[in-house]
Amino acid sequence: MSAGHHHPIYRPADTPVHRLPPQCKLAAVVAFAVFVVATPRERVWAFALDALLLAAVAVAARVPAGAIVRRMVIEVPFVLFAVAIPLIGTGERIQVLGLSLSAPGLWAAWNILAKATLGVVASILLAATTEPRMMLLGAERLRLPRLLVQIATFMLRYLDVILDQMRRMRIARESRGFVARDLRQAPVLAKSAGALFIRSYERGERVHLAMLSRGYTGEMPTIRDISATGRDWAVAGMLPCLAAVTALLAWSTT
Amino acid sequence: MHVPDGFFNVPVSVGAGVFAAAGVAVCLRGAKRELDDRTAPMAGLVAAFIFAAQMLNFPVAAGTSGHLLGGALAAILVGPYTAVLCVAVVLLVQGFFFADGGLTALGVNITLMAIVTAVVGWAVFRLITRGRPRGRATLVAASFVAALVSVPSAALVFTGLFWLGGTAPIEPGSVAAAMVGVHLLIGLGEGFITALTVSSVLAVRPDLVYGARGMTRALTLRTADGDVQVGQQGGPAAPEAPSAGIGLRPVLVGGALVAVLLAGVVSFYASSAPDGLEKVAADKGLSAQEKPHAVEDGPLAGYSVKGVENQRLSGGLAGVAGVALTVVAGGGVFYVIRRRRRGTDGMTTASAQ
Repeated sequence: MSAGHHHPIYRPADTPVHRLPPQCKLAAVVAFAVFVVATPRERVWAFALDALLLAAVAVAARVPAGAIVRRMVIEVPFVLFAVAIPLIGTGERIQVLGLSLSAPGLWAAWNILAKATLGVVASILLAATTEPRMMLLGAERLRLPRLLVQIATFMLRYLDVILDQMRRMRIARESRGFVARDLRQAPVLAKSAGALFIRSYERGERVHLAMLSRGYTGEMPTIRDISATGRDWAVAGMLPCLAAVTALLAWSTT
Repeated sequence: MHVPDGFFNVPVSVGAGVFAAAGVAVCLRGAKRELDDRTAPMAGLVAAFIFAAQMLNFPVAAGTSGHLLGGALAAILVGPYTAVLCVAVVLLVQGFFFADGGLTALGVNITLMAIVTAVVGWAVFRLITRGRPRGRATLVAASFVAALVSVPSAALVFTGLFWLGGTAPIEPGSVAAAMVGVHLLIGLGEGFITALTVSSVLAVRPDLVYGARGMTRALTLRTADGDVQVGQQGGPAAPEAPSAGIGLRPVLVGGALVAVLLAGVVSFYASSAPDGLEKVAADKGLSAQEKPHAVEDGPLAGYSVKGVENQRLSGGLAGVAGVALTVVAGGGVFYVIRRRRRGTDGMTTASAQ
């Protein structure tokens, strides 16, 4: 959750993956993540298979590897944590390069690294091939509470406005010579946060009034109908099904 | 910190997911009461604000910087139900649109960062502000303590989940010590920035602060026929007054139960894990002279020499001490601020500027 990732990673294109209805892709990615997490960590080949599956999707969606790798930076904090596990873990200890490492700790680090990486790549592929607006419509089709989807819609719609407001406030601070050096400067930042809250809240009130004047009754009208055919579901289902087969194979070959 | 995929096993992920879904469902109903048909735009904008505020880095010490988590802040500013919804939506958006935080760990993330921080923050805030002369100083001090307590609470719940289904072989005792220790520091920063933010909003628009509802003075019109009280309590805020927060008692009872459960968990593991460690050490002929081992397991080494009963006791004591330290630190700061500002009671609306 570091700064600088406020732009969604959607990459417009026209590929079979982009054309799939969003609800199918959402369900497929979540199911894929569940199957990956359920795979026993000792079967290294199973994770290689899952990675190949994702690579196939990336190729089909024409998402360049560079873009995926750049987004994977988000994982870094937990990678650092994973590196620490073999050092502080319990259990049988083995010598590697003169370091005493915990064998279960090494497995745990591998487990987290592999599963987190596969999960992150799957999420990146989903976000890169699905327009944010369509993703929300898909979530609504999947029977997510309407209100929740509406809140998310408003958040996404006004996110850039609020972030721009924040950026302008930062420029205003800096043009007056403000530099945040230590905790003594926190009151200034907190006042900015307070002002930002008031601006966001008041904007919310204005947006609501504007919506009321255009006939809002508490429900958003759905203009675009996105229905999925059985074929769409079958195509999207290939990824989680293959992951499920991989997980089953991994469990059976003990 | 967003938990990624693979950090917790499937049962815990699914269990936390069910819990998070139930919590969000309750909050959807509650937020409708708090905001009625304004819910979608207002909560959406507040969620965008939280997202932005989380990107506002503030320097902590040389080189390191922290940022707001925002659960307690949101609960104080917009009410607990809306706060949970907003933070949950922020997490959902981060998970699906920014690939931040694992999709299977969404339940865990929502439980920790939305439900625990907002509910604990709000409960602490209510506990302090209830039945007190509610001046701005009280509100600001209560915000500080609420935010300070909310962060280590989330860390404690994380430890509990880790004990139930973490995939890494680390003693939950040391996880608890490390997590609560680090998050106590983070909580201090969170409390500081939350209190200052609440204070600055109170100075400009005290009517927007949910936690300050019914505390602003009614507007008095001095007419020729005498004073007339206008609006305020009878205004649009009136129908929402009964739902001004989750009833305090259930929250407190629930919190106490969770705390007891966690204490049990921590003490249980503090007792059994060193046994395993000692057993392995004996079996394999490894001993504590190995450097990384001896250093890293420092706190644990303390109790592994003692008997089981002692270990159980010390484990429990460590947990209780952590909680007590939080309460004492928070209470101390609160007391100092209260004493310093005792003179300024009553709402100081800075509308004059």
